[in-house]
Amino acid sequence: MADQVLDAKGLNCPLPILKAKKALGTLPAGGTLEVLATDPGSIKDFEAFCRTTGNELVERSDDGKVFRFILRRAA
Amino acid sequence: MTESLENAKSMSIIVTKGTLDWAYPPFILATTAAAMDVKVSMFFTFYGLGLLKKKLNLRVSPLGNAAMEMPMMGGHMRMPNIVGMLPGVTGMATSMMKGMIKKKGVASIEDLREAAALSDVQMIACQMTMDLFEYKQSDMLDDVEYGGAATYMENALKSDINLYI
Repeated sequence: MADQVLDAKGLNCPLPILKAKKALGTLPAGGTLEVLATDPGSIKDFEAFCRTTGNELVERSDDGKVFRFILRRAA
Repeated sequence: MTESLENAKSMSIIVTKGTLDWAYPPFILATTAAAMDVKVSMFFTFYGLGLLKKKLNLRVSPLGNAAMEMPMMGGHMRMPNIVGMLPGVTGMATSMMKGMIKKKGVASIEDLREAAALSDVQMIACQMTMDLFEYKQSDMLDDVEYGGAATYMENALKSDINLYI
């Protein structure tokens, strides 16, 4: 269970990333954020975002419609 | 949102176009870069300067925009120039585009611009263009800075990425 959930369903690039960044900022280091998105571009984007910022992409899954990401805030 | 930007990468963008479509690339890249801890500086010149006005009334025209096609009835429609030049067609294309933006969950330029300001993206208005087109500082957003080519060059020389849009 993540510390916080961000519902970014229906939002398009770059809003899921911008909102995730904002939400991560409210978490302590090591805190986790679950992001729900429907933007198919978000798969590559969250990978790139995490590689670049040092936040960890802990988990990724989808049910064909909704993409679910678990991010852990960098220390 | 502001964190330590020690050792951060940096990006400069020259923004030269002020139509509804061309307003997107600079603001999307600026806000996303800021979210990825990149220090961003945007320099607004010529028609891009209008994007800093307090009140935006952005429009898009199919005239002379040969690659522009709009989704319509399951296909895509292109507008011949002779239609694009008719009165009201720019307004119609603009409403269509704004409708699509809303429906597809794409951010408005107003929202992206606000997000840019909140994430400390530096926005510099070209003073020469202000004079040339007779804009007043009171027309522009309050947190805009004013400068010229040397101001831009100083930023660009220090930046990892420099874009001209």
